[in-house]
Amino acid sequence: MRELEDGLAELRQTFKSGRTRNAAWRKNQLRALIQLIHDKEDKIFEALLQDLGKHPVESYRDEIGIIEKSAVNALNCLEKWMAPKKSRLPLLFFPAKGEVMSEPLGVVLIFASWNFPISLALDPVIGAIAAGNTVVLKPSELAPECALFLAEFVPLYLDCKAIKVIGGGADVGEQLLQQKWDKIFFTGSPRVGRVVMSAAAKHLTPVTLELGGKCPVIVDTLSSPSDIKVTVKRVIGGKWGPCSGQACIGVDYVLVEEKFAPTVIDLLKKTIKKFYGDNPKDSKNICRIVNKHHFGRLHKLLKDPLVAASIIHGGSLDEEKLIIEPTILLNPPLDAEIMTEEIFGPLLPIITLNNIQESIEFINSRPKPLTIYAFTKDETFQRQIVSETSSGSVTFNDTMVQFACDELPFGGVGQSGFGRYHGKYSFDTFSHEKAILQRSFFPELEPRYPPWNDFKLKFIRFGYKYDYFNLLLLLMGLKK
Amino acid sequence: MGSEEEKKVFDEEAASSLVKELRASFVNGKTRSFDWRVSQLKSMLKMIDKHETEIVAALRDDLSKPEHESTIYEIAMLRNSITLALKEIKHWIKPEKAIFFFQTVKTSLTTFPSSGEIVSEPLGVVLIISAWNYPFLLSLDPVVGAIAAGNALVLKPSEIAPATSSLLAKLVGEYMDFSSIRVVEGAVTETSALLEQKWDKIFYTGNGRVGRIVMAAAAKHLTPVLLELGGKSPVVVDSGINLQVSVRRIIAGKWGCNNGQACISPDYIITTKDYAPKLIDTLRNELEKFYGKNPLESKDFSRIVNSNHFTRLTKLLDEDKVSGKIVHGGERDKTNLKIAPTILLDVPRDSLIMSEEIFGPLLPILTVDKIEDSFGIINSGTKPLAAYLFTNNKKLRQQFVMNVSAGGLVVNDTTLHLAVHTLPFGGVGESGMGAYHGKFSFDAFSHKKAVLYRSFLGDAAVRYPPYTRGKLRLMKVLITGSIFSIICGLLGWSKV
Repeated sequence: MRELEDGLAELRQTFKSGRTRNAAWRKNQLRALIQLIHDKEDKIFEALLQDLGKHPVESYRDEIGIIEKSAVNALNCLEKWMAPKKSRLPLLFFPAKGEVMSEPLGVVLIFASWNFPISLALDPVIGAIAAGNTVVLKPSELAPECALFLAEFVPLYLDCKAIKVIGGGADVGEQLLQQKWDKIFFTGSPRVGRVVMSAAAKHLTPVTLELGGKCPVIVDTLSSPSDIKVTVKRVIGGKWGPCSGQACIGVDYVLVEEKFAPTVIDLLKKTIKKFYGDNPKDSKNICRIVNKHHFGRLHKLLKDPLVAASIIHGGSLDEEKLIIEPTILLNPPLDAEIMTEEIFGPLLPIITLNNIQESIEFINSRPKPLTIYAFTKDETFQRQIVSETSSGSVTFNDTMVQFACDELPFGGVGQSGFGRYHGKYSFDTFSHEKAILQRSFFPELEPRYPPWNDFKLKFIRFGYKYDYFNLLLLLMGLKK
Repeated sequence: MGSEEEKKVFDEEAASSLVKELRASFVNGKTRSFDWRVSQLKSMLKMIDKHETEIVAALRDDLSKPEHESTIYEIAMLRNSITLALKEIKHWIKPEKAIFFFQTVKTSLTTFPSSGEIVSEPLGVVLIISAWNYPFLLSLDPVVGAIAAGNALVLKPSEIAPATSSLLAKLVGEYMDFSSIRVVEGAVTETSALLEQKWDKIFYTGNGRVGRIVMAAAAKHLTPVLLELGGKSPVVVDSGINLQVSVRRIIAGKWGCNNGQACISPDYIITTKDYAPKLIDTLRNELEKFYGKNPLESKDFSRIVNSNHFTRLTKLLDEDKVSGKIVHGGERDKTNLKIAPTILLDVPRDSLIMSEEIFGPLLPILTVDKIEDSFGIINSGTKPLAAYLFTNNKKLRQQFVMNVSAGGLVVNDTTLHLAVHTLPFGGVGESGMGAYHGKFSFDAFSHKKAVLYRSFLGDAAVRYPPYTRGKLRLMKVLITGSIFSIICGLLGWSKV
């Protein structure tokens, strides 16, 4: 605990010194981060393989590549982001200048989760550094090799008096939460999100919570075979592609019309075989379950007899290797845990509906997810989905890709969280946007001051309405 | 049935069923319609126009607020807010196109071709808890934002301004859509009952102690909060300025704003030892011009809101190490809850008056050797809601802007930024989180939903397993390479 407080004091000192405020320092840190992931790429691949059985291509696509892209984007845009934004002022205030200037919040705490232990750790760090803060990063202990990697190499490349990696379990997390931070950025489950926000409330610390939810895929009945093929590939890519379903924006379940379901299911089975081979449990192209606890949790979901009866593909598990093969279920009971809790694993329930329009009601009767996916060419239906459902984001005709888009804010709503990041939103989330109004001594508006009288009242009334004409008349004595 | 109707206690059950009712209304889609939002805003405008006299009377009851202040700071400002919303709402509700620059095309080839937009949607059912010092404005201004953004809402006005609270309950009940907009009056019990419920957002104006309680309650439901709190807003007064104008602006911001009981009122002044005598002299002169020789008799400022706060403020003045530092004023009238404009010089930094937000008509002046020393003093405290600087020195101004962290800064004036709707109004650190006014109010009560439209074409096989070394190479170039290297990569000429 003492060590932690000393470390924190050092970070406060560094921030106070003003070092992190200048653009040069921030750019150097970003460059160093890029250097780090270039130099140590193999070590990162190795750590991800150890922690999650993640294949290098997946690791590059979802972790290293994301960080590189993010850091490069921040480097290119930093000056633009740092520049104050001019605000237009009403004539009444002339002459005056108004602007909004972004300033760093101070010392920030970032909690990373275990499923994308590199990108979900370093991506927020990029935003925090770009905004000029000092940082404590707490990687997840459930991805120990990655945590070790970060603890070892981040201090070697980045300014260790400004950016610290503190590893450990829940007890360390608790200790960190007792301190006063200028911002806390948390990626993880709603349960822990509540704990984080409650702790933050004691110090009035603003928080960004990136949580999860059951992200549905609405699959409309499509006619073109190539569209159906692409849809199925992308659904698979969005389910088992990212960390074997252990992803906050991973596909959780599918909604499809009863008539169309057999086509989809058939193609799903075929494509899974193409991607993962005859023995998916042996495939190197799919992650394992992170640990025994989650393996047990997922196993339990399947143990419910009614759920087990609905399995139409896969279902086999390897407890030793912590691998569950891609499993598809058809219409498990809606009150079973597999349909009430976020699955976060390689089990894909398919829920059939009479009419695809019912999917909107289905989604709305459940907590707001982090994202909604919909494969449809029907523009009316698209508009309906956007205006009648609520989620962090909506992606049409694909899965996962919104994560890589720097121009779109990434964050949840309701139970899936609040706050957002990526691109400039990362910079903003770690900044305070300070309003600045600069006035001159001349001219002076007498009606601002007591003693009050009718004239002054009228003047200000017109002033507030920006009714310059009547103001002028009043001043010239032409208005009663 | 007795002749007296028993007042039903607003308990958790009542709160829960209220939220349920409002949620049902929201789910029906009523509040989302553009017409509904516009009609509610227009009703609010009508409400103010027709009942201005009653509003002014209620404010006089609650705070002895002079009609001028009520009209300007509460009514006119609110009217302005509504008019702006009516004018701009059609722009605010439009989705924002996300522009994917060519740069982005190169760095995320896997997202091309696509188009994206950011759609504003209402959060749902929101709770607005208001304060007592500008009880009319601080209740209805956030409501304007909530309505413009399409939410259903509950407004809980402050019980410390009871006349305004009951007037709000009456008027809102009469003029606004009862199915979606409610006022709940009450104190701790009722507020706690409300805070137990699940809201889609809570907007709180008040102090840091209760702010913590609000945020902790919100945490249970993962409800986002916007907290408009306070702090000690400092005024740094440099030399070589137009002293008379500066002093008048300080007075207007201090005693002219609810007699110092405002979150962005100048709390204390820092100036140089050399300049202080001149400053104090000018303050004395201007105060007399504004409020006369007997300020306790002046009708031109508000009284202290209640005896609790009166006692609190007199305690600040009566502290041993402070009472001798009064250089102007200090008179009080307990019956009428009035304290004269009081100036103190060089009170100890660890005195009570310097440890908490004053929120009253007492103005301590701290002196320093060099004016630059003032920044260290300000930064040694918690971040205030506003900070003010009077100077003609460009360098000092730049230093101030860079080094002083506060919700908002004003140079050569006080409190005015509140009236500029193009500037976000909110705090940082202890002074709060989030901002509102103008479009920022609309945004505060909206969820900005990212929507990405992809085509079925343009699928990169490199996304899918089975993964190979070749795919890895290609992936690298696609994600981070230039168009040239992408082409090379695709053609198999990449060195990677």
